[in-house]
Amino acid sequence: MSTVEPTRGLELTGSPGERAVDLGWTSWLHDWTTTVDHKKIGILYVLMSIVFLVIGGIEALVMRWQLFYPRNDVIGHDAFNQLFTMHGTTMVFFVGMPILIGMGNYLVPLMIGARDMAFPRLNAFGFWVTLFGGLMTYLSLITGGAPALGWFAYAPLTAHTFSPSAATDFWALGLIVSGIGTISAAVNFLATIFGMRAPGMTLRKLPFFVWTMIWTSFQMLLAIPPLTAALVMILFDRQLGAHFFDVPNGGSAYLWQHLFWFFGHPEVYILILPVFGFVSEVIPVFSRKVLFGYEFMAAATMAIAFISLGVWAHHMFCVGMGRTLDLFFAVATFLVSIPTGIKFFNWLATMYGGRIRFASPMLFAFGFLSMFLIGGLTGIMLGAAPFDFQLSDSYFVVGHFHWVLIGGTLFGTFSGIYYWYPKMTGRMLSERLAKWHFWLLYIGFILTFGPMHVSGMLGMPRRIYTYDAGHGWELWNQLSTIGALVQVPSYAIFVYNLIVSLRKGKPAGDDPWDAWTLEWMTSSPPPPYNFEEIPTVHSRRPLWDLKHPEDPDWQYE
Amino acid sequence: MNQASATNLPVPPAIAPEHTLSAPEWGMVSFLVSEVAFFGTLIVTYVAFMGRDVVGPTPAQALSLPLVLVSTLCLLSSSVVIHAAERALDRDEPRLFCFFLAATIALGIVFLVLTGVEWHDLIVNHELTIGRNLFGTTYYTLVGFHGLHVTVGVIVMLIVLGLAINRQVTAAHRTGVTLVAWYWHFVDAVWIVVFLVVYIASRSSGA
Amino acid sequence: MDTVGPRMLSAVGGLLAQSLSIFDPASPSAHSIVNLAILTLAVTGLIFLIVEGVLLYSVWRFRYVPKDQAPGDEPMGEPPQVYGSMPIEVAWTAAPTMIVFFLVLVTTRTLWEVEPDLPKPAAGDNALFVTVIGHQWWWEYVYKTYDGRKLGFITANELHIPASDNYTLRPAYLSLKSADVCHSYWVPRLGGKVDLIPGHTNLIVLETKEAGLHLGQCAEFCGAQHANMLIRVIAHPPEEFERWLASESQPAKEDPAARDGKAAFLAESCINCHAVRGTAAGGTYAPDLTHLMSRETLGSGMIKNTPENLHQWVHDPQSVKPGCLMPAFGLDDHQLDLIVDYLQTLH
Repeated sequence: MSTVEPTRGLELTGSPGERAVDLGWTSWLHDWTTTVDHKKIGILYVLMSIVFLVIGGIEALVMRWQLFYPRNDVIGHDAFNQLFTMHGTTMVFFVGMPILIGMGNYLVPLMIGARDMAFPRLNAFGFWVTLFGGLMTYLSLITGGAPALGWFAYAPLTAHTFSPSAATDFWALGLIVSGIGTISAAVNFLATIFGMRAPGMTLRKLPFFVWTMIWTSFQMLLAIPPLTAALVMILFDRQLGAHFFDVPNGGSAYLWQHLFWFFGHPEVYILILPVFGFVSEVIPVFSRKVLFGYEFMAAATMAIAFISLGVWAHHMFCVGMGRTLDLFFAVATFLVSIPTGIKFFNWLATMYGGRIRFASPMLFAFGFLSMFLIGGLTGIMLGAAPFDFQLSDSYFVVGHFHWVLIGGTLFGTFSGIYYWYPKMTGRMLSERLAKWHFWLLYIGFILTFGPMHVSGMLGMPRRIYTYDAGHGWELWNQLSTIGALVQVPSYAIFVYNLIVSLRKGKPAGDDPWDAWTLEWMTSSPPPPYNFEEIPTVHSRRPLWDLKHPEDPDWQYE
Repeated sequence: MNQASATNLPVPPAIAPEHTLSAPEWGMVSFLVSEVAFFGTLIVTYVAFMGRDVVGPTPAQALSLPLVLVSTLCLLSSSVVIHAAERALDRDEPRLFCFFLAATIALGIVFLVLTGVEWHDLIVNHELTIGRNLFGTTYYTLVGFHGLHVTVGVIVMLIVLGLAINRQVTAAHRTGVTLVAWYWHFVDAVWIVVFLVVYIASRSSGA
Repeated sequence: MDTVGPRMLSAVGGLLAQSLSIFDPASPSAHSIVNLAILTLAVTGLIFLIVEGVLLYSVWRFRYVPKDQAPGDEPMGEPPQVYGSMPIEVAWTAAPTMIVFFLVLVTTRTLWEVEPDLPKPAAGDNALFVTVIGHQWWWEYVYKTYDGRKLGFITANELHIPASDNYTLRPAYLSLKSADVCHSYWVPRLGGKVDLIPGHTNLIVLETKEAGLHLGQCAEFCGAQHANMLIRVIAHPPEEFERWLASESQPAKEDPAARDGKAAFLAESCINCHAVRGTAAGGTYAPDLTHLMSRETLGSGMIKNTPENLHQWVHDPQSVKPGCLMPAFGLDDHQLDLIVDYLQTLH
């Protein structure tokens, strides 16, 4: 037992950044590959995610091209099946999680007034392991092709009999390895948040994003290991002749589904809780109002984290669990909508009566609010078990989860990137390009994934590389493909904006958005040690207290 | 915010020091939570497959208690011994600390050797391999991963012992020693569950 | 990739044209689900309109246009800070809770409507019992009993069931099994899907008053040709169904004209996988061919069953359905013609 140690880790963060500038690219490279600074590691995570986002996006485009016409013949069945496997795996494991972990890495120590993460070297290890996991998954291509399993790789399709190629082994190993990285990140977040908060920052005074990172990490700790164990079982079956999923020898195909979804559903919340955190920082600042109902928001986050551990089998309504279990998981699924609703209403109440500035972060937060709502509502439809008997594994599901993961996670993450980019680089992103980025993405996104709900209800199953004409699916597939093409320039503009603004952006200053959390107290970009002096905190908005000494927040909390 | 008006401003309450675990301790607790999830999965899988074999041998046929009782005793007593080692470190008795730590390591190694003897018997006399049947599959996976954790613990404690012999483990490293002890207790606790599930429940279920 | 298959397919595209919409129900369970769907859509639609409305109103009403405000300027005063309100929080916790309660009730009702129990076959039950075995990328149908009568023949890919009418229900109870990986049986107009899980038996009931063809397809990714594991369910009026049963129960007809073809068929490796009842061909890995010519399609609903398509299929199945488990056997033209001629006698 000891008191909070905010200075721990100081001796481990060197400050080679300034030194490196003069010594050419080798030293720059050495600096970035050996860094243990949470800010650099955070940026590395985000860059890795953007690279994989582009790869996953290209995979999606090729699939949309193939589906443009019925019985189209752009790529064969094999390539298509590999593409959706890699697209799903990439987007979930090597885009979604790393970008959120990266943002968390950058922000958590700054927001709690610490000088680094609790374990800087473990932090670096986590990043490199995650990256190697991604590379290993793609290394499966040397076997002549990626695995063709779908990202949830239902047993016994993963058995040697049905997938003889070693691509499946690469895939499983890659996910095990990156899972180790995720676990180390989660351990690091919890140790940092619980053990290294600035004096006065009790758990009740955490910035909301930090609070969501606690529960994200909690879910990672409980959800990733079962996946790791299940992947180990795949490898044991394939390599050692074990029988976990070997049905003729008594193994079970259900086992994989249960283990995978016990991971898979919390995973969805791992991908959305930090984003709730982003918009819970952005919306108050750009509405110029304190977050409405912080305690209820915090409790709702916690409730989602716990309930999410008991809803996994709503992915399995069609496997013949029986009415009683179906009902149990349907009810559990509906229950998630209550805390999620609470969050939504609190965001609206935060905006209500505010003075809303539509700078780029708020624009994307608006995109998040308006789109995530729809993803949540289609989720309720899927939760109604009998309705799901029709919708499960159809394009409706594809539309639904892209609505949540793009409309929710991606819009929210863009909001966060536009919000904190000035802090990370000292430069503002171009607002003009941001508007182009937003509107192209907004329209392209709706056009891509809206029609999928329709084609799903018209009976189109997912993961088919081709389809017959005459079922009324053509139009909706063509709209989807056109929508995907509309999205392409938006990502290009985003990347261009990131690169160009690095040099040509308007200097940001310490606090360009007139914000309230600790990271805006230090310089942009922050020095390697983050804060010259560890700040003392009295409320959830320490900078509000400084800016309004006559009416500080701590009077009301 | 000038000095003159500062007197009228509200003054925040004093900050009470917060008592909590240290960051490294939180880190170990978090890590162990993830380990619980991992072993939980393997144990649930073992239980789910209990008695579903299509060929023998079954746990009742293959597993024998005497050997595993000895190894269980070794592992459980090592938890007590490492606690004694911690106490010795607290009392600043480095030689006693080294002694107890070495004893813990020895008990861990005995456990591993006995597991090796047991596996040898299973493989040679009962022809039970990981590919033989579901029991073999789940048994070797569960006990194997536990043994891997014991091995890691032994290696870490050997490193600590090496440092301690060189007088490099002092009161300043108390937290590190605590964390190793926590890990070791955890490995013990997992074994208790494994023992109850594998050697008691599945053996006596007649399956 | 060889493109013969897709080309042929686009030629028969028109033939396959039919609705698979879940909002075009043709069975009681599909109707129940549509009712639930409409209710759910109405509830969520209302929530959507209200919340999105409040969002847009707030955004419009409380927007701030930065006129001469630049970053770094002295900010104009902040709006009043509202930290929260217990009554409001309670209110908007209660509202979704009530909606959830309502949804749970209707979900429960529908669940009990659409998830059947498997009855025992009995004389006079007008019920058809079929075991469906999913294979990588085709369906095997083992007809067990109808109206209490034992049937015991096997067919593939096209499921024939009796249609109900206003006076008599004629449900088809399908026991779903898998020979290899997971599949899913989905005929959208006849109700929800049920998975075929290796090592387990699941149940789906098809019951419709609408005679004719109902399309569907496998809905769980099952490997290379998952996309072409199509389902065709043909519902017949009872007399017609009896005739079909009678014809299907017979062993393969002997046609003296095709004696050479039969000899060629039996001499080749065809019989390792395919069965033709009444002959020495007894393979079980591939579709039963006893009444091949009674089927409208080949390749699990992929192409129309015409002499040309059949010829192409036997010549090189991979050119039609790449990745399917039947290889091209490299038959010479003479053998090929003989075998195809023989197959065409299997009415």
